[in-house]
Amino acid sequence: MSAREEILGRVRAALADGPEVPTAAVPRRTPDGSVDVVTLFCERVADYRASVERCSAAELPERLRAAVAGERVVVPTDLDLDVPGSVVDDALSTDVLSAAELDALDAVVTRARLGIAETGTIVLDHGPGQGRRAITLVPDHHVCVVDASQVVADVPDAFDALDASRPLTWISGPSATSDIELDRVEGVHGPRHLHVIVVT
Amino acid sequence: MSATFVGMPAFPTAARAALADTQLRHNLTHATHTIRDKRARVVAELPEWEELRTAGAATKDRALLTLDEQLVRLEESLTSRGAVVHWARDADEACRIVADVAQAHGVDEVVKVKSMATQEIGLNEALAAEGIAAWETDLAELIVQLGDDLPSHILVPAIHRNRAEIREIFRRRMAASGRPAPDDLTDDPGELANAARLHLREKFLRARVGVSGANFAVAETGTLVVVESEGNGRMCLTLPEVLISVVGIEKVVPTWRDLDVLLRLLPRSSTGERMNPYTSMWHGVTPGDGPQEVHVVLLDNGRSHALADQVGRQALRCIRCSACLNVCPVYERVGGHAYGSVYPGPIGAILNPLLKGVGSDPQVDSLPYASSLCGACYEVCPVKIDIPSVLVDLRAQVVDAHRDRRVPKPEAVSMRAAAWTLSDSRRLARAERISGRAGRWLTRLAGLPGPGRRWTSARDLPAPPRESFRAWWLRTRRRGSRS
Repeated sequence: MSAREEILGRVRAALADGPEVPTAAVPRRTPDGSVDVVTLFCERVADYRASVERCSAAELPERLRAAVAGERVVVPTDLDLDVPGSVVDDALSTDVLSAAELDALDAVVTRARLGIAETGTIVLDHGPGQGRRAITLVPDHHVCVVDASQVVADVPDAFDALDASRPLTWISGPSATSDIELDRVEGVHGPRHLHVIVVT
Repeated sequence: MSATFVGMPAFPTAARAALADTQLRHNLTHATHTIRDKRARVVAELPEWEELRTAGAATKDRALLTLDEQLVRLEESLTSRGAVVHWARDADEACRIVADVAQAHGVDEVVKVKSMATQEIGLNEALAAEGIAAWETDLAELIVQLGDDLPSHILVPAIHRNRAEIREIFRRRMAASGRPAPDDLTDDPGELANAARLHLREKFLRARVGVSGANFAVAETGTLVVVESEGNGRMCLTLPEVLISVVGIEKVVPTWRDLDVLLRLLPRSSTGERMNPYTSMWHGVTPGDGPQEVHVVLLDNGRSHALADQVGRQALRCIRCSACLNVCPVYERVGGHAYGSVYPGPIGAILNPLLKGVGSDPQVDSLPYASSLCGACYEVCPVKIDIPSVLVDLRAQVVDAHRDRRVPKPEAVSMRAAAWTLSDSRRLARAERISGRAGRWLTRLAGLPGPGRRWTSARDLPAPPRESFRAWWLRTRRRGSRS
C-alpha cells in the first residue's frame, strides 16, 4: 500500500466514530466611527519602531528623494514613482539581479497592496509596483509607499480585499527577534529599517 | 545539532536535575514573565478575544474531523500550482524524502526555517548522516545548534540561555561553521543579533535548497503559510532554487478565509504582538519569483493515532504558539528539557503520549503527571485545548496500560487495600480507630516508611485526625439527643 493510501486509511479509521463537525461565527468588530483608520495605521506602524510619515501626492517625490538620499536603490520595473539613480529589477527578464547583487544595494522602494490599521501591517501581493519577493527582503532599507485609500481597519477587511491566488508578504515593522531573554530587538535578517510613507 | 532527546530519563528524574540549576530557573522566570505580561496586554486590546478562541477551535476542528477530505483537496490544489506532494508515514520516511530531493540536486547543505515538524523527525541528524549540513537560521535555533544543545521551548528554543551564555557560544563556535563572531562582541542583544545576521547572510546567499515547515496549509487554495519574526524564513522561502516543506497533516485548514481567525489569534498568543513582523503565504511555484521547484511532504508520524483518541484529538488543534508553556507553573520551574521532547510544557505533556501511545515507554508515560492540573494552560490556549481534561484521561490510559502486570505497582496495591477497607463500614471504623490513635501523638508525618517513601518524598502528608467524622457524628448526636 502506498504511504498516501495508508495515511488516508488511518485517518478514516480514526474518524470512524463519526464526530459532529462544529461551527462557530467568526467575530468581526463594527467599525468605530470615532477612530480614523489612517491615523491608527500610522500609530501602530510606528509602535514597531518603523519610520512613518504622511504627505500629499505633491510632496511625495521630495519625501522619497530624502528617504533614500545617498543610498543605492533598487525598484521594481513597473513602479509608478520616480526614484532617480535607481537600479530596475525586472523579475521576468533574463538578466535578473542575483541575491548577491541585491545584497550590494542599500534600499528598495515599492508600493503595497494594502495596509491594516489594527495591527500596523502592510501587505504586499507582489503585483504592480511591488516586485518579486526577494527585492523587498535582501536590501537593508525598505521604503514603502501606501496610499491612504489602501488602508483597511482590521484583518478580516484585508482578507476581503486580498487575492488568494497571489503570493503574499505581510510586514509588521522591521525584522525583529525576541530570542534573547524574550527582549525584543529590531533588525536581524530582513530589512532592519522600514520606512512607510502614507500619501493622503 | 548532535544532541538528541533519545534516552532521556522520565520526567521526575529529569525535573529534579533541572530544579537544582539556579541559573536555569532565573533565566526561565525572567523570560516567561516578560512574555506573559506582553501577551496579556495585547489580548486585552481585543474585546472579541473569547469569540475568536471559540472560532479558532471550531476552525481547526472542522479541518481535523474531515481530515481525509481536506488532505485530498490540499494535494490537488498543491499539485495544480506546480508543487510535488509526498506522503510520509513516519519520521524515517519523511527524512528519506528530503534527503533524496537534496541529493538529486547534488547539494551538501540546506538552509532551514525554524520548524517543529523537522525537529520532531530528527531531520538535521538524518541529513548529517547523508553528508548534508542543515543550517538552522532562526536565532534561537542557531544558538541551540552551535551550542550542541537541545531546544527547551516551542517558540524560543534557547529560552534557557541568557545573553552572557549566548555570547560565549557565538565566540567559541561560530568560526567552525562559517563566518566567526566579531572579536569585540559584547552581550548586548542587538550586537548578538547582528553577529547572527553576518554569520548567516553568506549561507542565505549561496543556498540552493531551503527546508521549511508550515504554520498552516490551506486545502482550498494550496497556500502554505509561515509566520516568523526575523526574516530568516523569508530568506529560506525566497532565495533558494528548491524548497522542501515538511507539513504535519494536522496543519491543514479548509479555506483561505480560515486564516483570518488564526492570524488574529497566533501572534498575540505567541510573541505578544499585534502581528508578527513577517508572514509569508505562497502556493506551489510562482513563475519568476522564488523557488521554481517546490516539494511538500505531508507527515503523519503518529498524528492519525492521536486523531483516533476521542478525548485527546483536540490536541491536534495546537497552532504551536507556546502560550501554555509561558504560564505553566511546572514549566517555569523545570524548563523544557525535563519533558524529553521537542514538544515541552503542558502541550508536550499531552501531545507526546498521544503521538507515541502509552504503555511502552516510561518516559512518555511519566508526562501526563507533569502537571498540577491548575488549568492556566487551558485559559490561555487560543484554540481552547482543554489540556487538564486530556491529562486526566491520559493518566487513566497509563494506569490501564499497566493493569496486566504480573507484579503490580505499589500504587495499585495500596489502591486495592484502600478499596477493601472503604467497602465495609466495620473495616473502615477499625482503620479509623487505628489512625486516630496515631494522630494523638503525631502532629505531622515526616514521611511514610518503606515503599511509601517514594510517595511522600515529594508530598506533604498531614497527620491523621484524632477523631474521624463518623466518630464525631456519633459522639455529638448522642449528646444532642439527650438534651
